[in-house]
Amino acid sequence: MSERYLLGNEAIGRACLEANLDFASGYPGTPSSEIVDFLRYQKEREFYVEWSVNEKVAFENALGAAWTGVRSLVTMKHVGLNVAADPLMTSGYTGIKGGMVIVSSDDPYAHSSQNEQDSRNYAAFAKVPCLDPGDIQEAYSMMVSAYDLSEESGLPVIFRPTTRICHSKSNVSVGESGQEHRTAAFEKDPKQFVVIPVHTRVLHKKLNEKQKGLAERLVEMGFNRAEVRGKTAVVAAGISASYVEEIIPDDVSFAKIGAYPIDEEWLGEFAGKHEKILVVEELSPVVENVLRQVSCGAEVFGKKNGCVPYEGELDPASVALAFEKAGFEHKYEYTVPEPVRDLPPRPPILCAGCGHRAAFYAMKKVFGSKAIYPSDIGCYTLGIQLGTVDTTICMGASITVGSGIASAGEENDVVCSIGDSTFLHTGINGLINAAYNGANITVVILDNRITAMTGHQPNPNTGMTAKGVLSPSISLETLCRSCGVSFVETIDPYDLTGTLKMFEKAKAKKGVKVIIARQPCVIDAKRSGIKRKPVTVDAEICTGCGLCVKFGCPAIEFTDKKASVNSLCMGCGVCADICPAGAIRPEGKR
Amino acid sequence: MSESFDLLIVGVGGQGTVLASNIIGESCLIEKRSVRSAETHGMAQRGGSVETHIRIDGKYGSLISPGTADLIISFDLLEALRYSHFLKKGGKIISSSGIIVPVSAFQQNLEIPTPEELIERMSGFDLTVIDAEKIAGEAGSLLSQNVVMLGASASALPLKVESMTEAVQSLVPPKTVEINTRAFEYGFKAAQNNIS
Ligand code: SF4
Ligand code: SF4
Repeated sequence: MSERYLLGNEAIGRACLEANLDFASGYPGTPSSEIVDFLRYQKEREFYVEWSVNEKVAFENALGAAWTGVRSLVTMKHVGLNVAADPLMTSGYTGIKGGMVIVSSDDPYAHSSQNEQDSRNYAAFAKVPCLDPGDIQEAYSMMVSAYDLSEESGLPVIFRPTTRICHSKSNVSVGESGQEHRTAAFEKDPKQFVVIPVHTRVLHKKLNEKQKGLAERLVEMGFNRAEVRGKTAVVAAGISASYVEEIIPDDVSFAKIGAYPIDEEWLGEFAGKHEKILVVEELSPVVENVLRQVSCGAEVFGKKNGCVPYEGELDPASVALAFEKAGFEHKYEYTVPEPVRDLPPRPPILCAGCGHRAAFYAMKKVFGSKAIYPSDIGCYTLGIQLGTVDTTICMGASITVGSGIASAGEENDVVCSIGDSTFLHTGINGLINAAYNGANITVVILDNRITAMTGHQPNPNTGMTAKGVLSPSISLETLCRSCGVSFVETIDPYDLTGTLKMFEKAKAKKGVKVIIARQPCVIDAKRSGIKRKPVTVDAEICTGCGLCVKFGCPAIEFTDKKASVNSLCMGCGVCADICPAGAIRPEGKR
Repeated sequence: MSESFDLLIVGVGGQGTVLASNIIGESCLIEKRSVRSAETHGMAQRGGSVETHIRIDGKYGSLISPGTADLIISFDLLEALRYSHFLKKGGKIISSSGIIVPVSAFQQNLEIPTPEELIERMSGFDLTVIDAEKIAGEAGSLLSQNVVMLGASASALPLKVESMTEAVQSLVPPKTVEINTRAFEYGFKAAQNNIS
């Protein structure tokens, strides 16, 4: 045992080392990405690690590995589980041989997500156990036990940390890396692994039969525990439990739910000893629904009577408010101070020198503000600030939504933007479909050669595996052509003139046109030592027209009606091409 | 609100708030104290406003509720005011004197408050303003501004200066140990002079 100051995701990764993990796959997504990132950089245990092209692929890889008897991990964020939902729903039927843990990180308050869905619902839907840690130390120990639970029950286990676990740090006692390595050996058993109807009907019954024992086992393992201290009680799930523990008075009973399915008999017995019960959990009323079913007599407070919100993230103050609404006492008084309102906002923005900004700028210039701009999930969603992001729904939906809009009869140009990683994730299916069905759209693949938003994970376009081993990088050009697209062109977005020309060319043609705007992510470029001279503004020549400022590069400032360039400048030179007065030029040049 | 010392570190993505949080976390480990912290990750790193909650001696969740922080360390004056509602009565703000003007302000022609105005609006608080950029320059690298700010905050934190120094030295890149040790010292001294 040693004491470390760890990020929740690092603690989850470390726990896998102690649990003798042999296989890990995942698709990056905030707040889950650092788990696989930790695993690929650590040096204590050697095993297989991959970044997969999407969550379904990652899931099926890990499932296959678990079928051979080794212990596997697959990580994703909550919305990624939607992509992997297809195999998930049947994985409980087939079960596993080696332990398999599916990390699906939830994001209450949608800090960095398109919705606030609750993975606990998926676990119930798929009839597999779900672990919901209350703090980082528990995330560590639960993750180690998750593998034992998985093997004991023969089921994959969903592990559901929330953003506040994944991206919090605390002192954590961690154990040693395990030294055991298993040998993968797939034993044929069609009755288990081939889900033709005749097998499925049997497997489904078996899965249902496991549920009761599973629920009881989760209480035995201490994941669900309760302490009776009075006539009123609070039941809390996951991280909410730590907020409750901070403010709960000593004479109020407390039950902590850390795992599902909940043993209804056990919970009913606890409920029966109380008159009033408050249920505190984030997002869906999963615990509350069970409690309301089993608590005959006791008055239940929670989301359904407005004490706890359905949306957003809780904190000690909001839990205190829930206590007040339910008429419960709590230990601390919280004031509700008003934040200062009149300050200029500071939203995240595309980096100085980001090639996406230049590509969006040119796109807008050529296609105009009437064109429809379906976009996708990635750094480039920030293109909304340049007016070139009209729709975003989920990974890979830019081309599909775009061809839907175009094929429905929309008369304006439809220009889709999608990143390289997102294109390989699920965008490619949309391109195949659009080409096959003759859509009339322009697709701009914003190719920065990496999955940047989640922290620069490599993808098949990067030419490197998760472990840093060189691998053949995919040819997006060939790939798009083989999807049936004849107009496939590659441009350098830093070359504004060439970029504008190419967009004009695409605008003039009918059908599916693909433009690959390729320029490495500036953060990555900087790390790999690419240096460009910063630009300067000649104050004498600058007319103060403000065009360069509208471009939105954080390296350009505007004071006293003149532009200037600060130290963030990456020297991409695009603003120099934008300036009508020719006031911006590379440093040292005249 | 519990027995913990609740600290907020705020700034702009890229200013090194994560390293600052790690140094405080490591200092807590050195002193064998429990600590909880919560960080902003993901898109907020792209030049957006960032916040790190740290609860020294914290035993429960990592989130600090508005109105309950003991101390705010800010790497930017504008961000100091933005998060000032987190402070509890009698709490303290230690801020760098610099302002990074948000791009949105240039684009939308928003009024950018001057440092004097920002300081004026925080006059109700116990505020210490540090010229971190200048001090970091004197220490040898502008990149050490985050460590300057930690040095400046050391006497307001319930941690020993020795453990913080040790944590700084073990966490910064090996080549920069000397510069950062100096940055920490200079920051510490600057705050002492400021308070007197
Ligand atoms: S050259 Fe211009 S657009 Fe490019 S990073 Fe520098 S200031 Fe920004
Ligand atoms: S675009 Fe050129 S002339 Fe216009 S404000 Fe910028 S530097 Fe000055």
